[in-house]
Amino acid sequence: MQLALFIIVAIFTIGGALGVVATRNVVHAALFLLLSLLGAAGAYLLLFAEFLALVQVLIYGGAVTIVVLFAVMLTRSSEYPRITDNRQWPLGLITALVLSSVLGAAFWLTPADADAERKAPVFTDLASSLFTKWALPFEIASLVLLVALIGAIIIARQQNVVVTDDTSPEGED
Amino acid sequence: MVPLLYFQLLGAALFGIGLYGALARRSAVLIILSIELMLNAVNINLIAAASYLNGIGRFAAFDGQIIAIFVITVAAAEVGLAFAIILRMYRNRGTINVDEINILKW
Repeated sequence: MQLALFIIVAIFTIGGALGVVATRNVVHAALFLLLSLLGAAGAYLLLFAEFLALVQVLIYGGAVTIVVLFAVMLTRSSEYPRITDNRQWPLGLITALVLSSVLGAAFWLTPADADAERKAPVFTDLASSLFTKWALPFEIASLVLLVALIGAIIIARQQNVVVTDDTSPEGED
Repeated sequence: MVPLLYFQLLGAALFGIGLYGALARRSAVLIILSIELMLNAVNINLIAAASYLNGIGRFAAFDGQIIAIFVITVAAAEVGLAFAIILRMYRNRGTINVDEINILKW
């Protein structure tokens, strides 16, 4: 039963990922990415990580996909079909295949001594661990988010300041 | 019950696909999407290890899941910044083809 669910989840995840790297349409790529990320959320559920699955659906399924679609709409989409792959894609394919094989062989050759009777962990332990042992990295992560937010606003809004400076003399004319 | 190896192989395959996309694509948006795929492959491996190696050795109960939360946080920050930079690049240069953004190249 679990194996069948895992196979379904893996097909969704890998198929969505292949769609992201294969399609020529950027909007389709964003929707394929959503499929792959939701498949990953299903994998988290199979791994008894309910909170991570919820976070994955909320952040990736909601926020990141919307941001990607906004970025696609705000840049010129007519340009996209002719800039799909560059000339070095066979090299990239070889690199990716070699890396995947090496990673897979490493996992295959070093089996972990996992405990057989795996049980669902207690959910509240995650919160107490996050706010005691990992409290300092948690605060640093919030600082990283704040700095990234301010930086993104400054980078994206700079043009508007220049535009208002340019248009005000023209208004007087 | 699904062995840990299957999840690890899923993560390895996903990472390889994302790496191919990041290397072979020309559009900056598609490169960011491929990087998101790679981050998700890492997350799957982290959570699988946290679930199967729970309390073994030096691994405390939830460490892998908490590191995955931090990875998701940094990925969200990275997406926001990356698309701000892409919008800026598009306004300044009129393109998001990374082959034409070569002012740092000599």
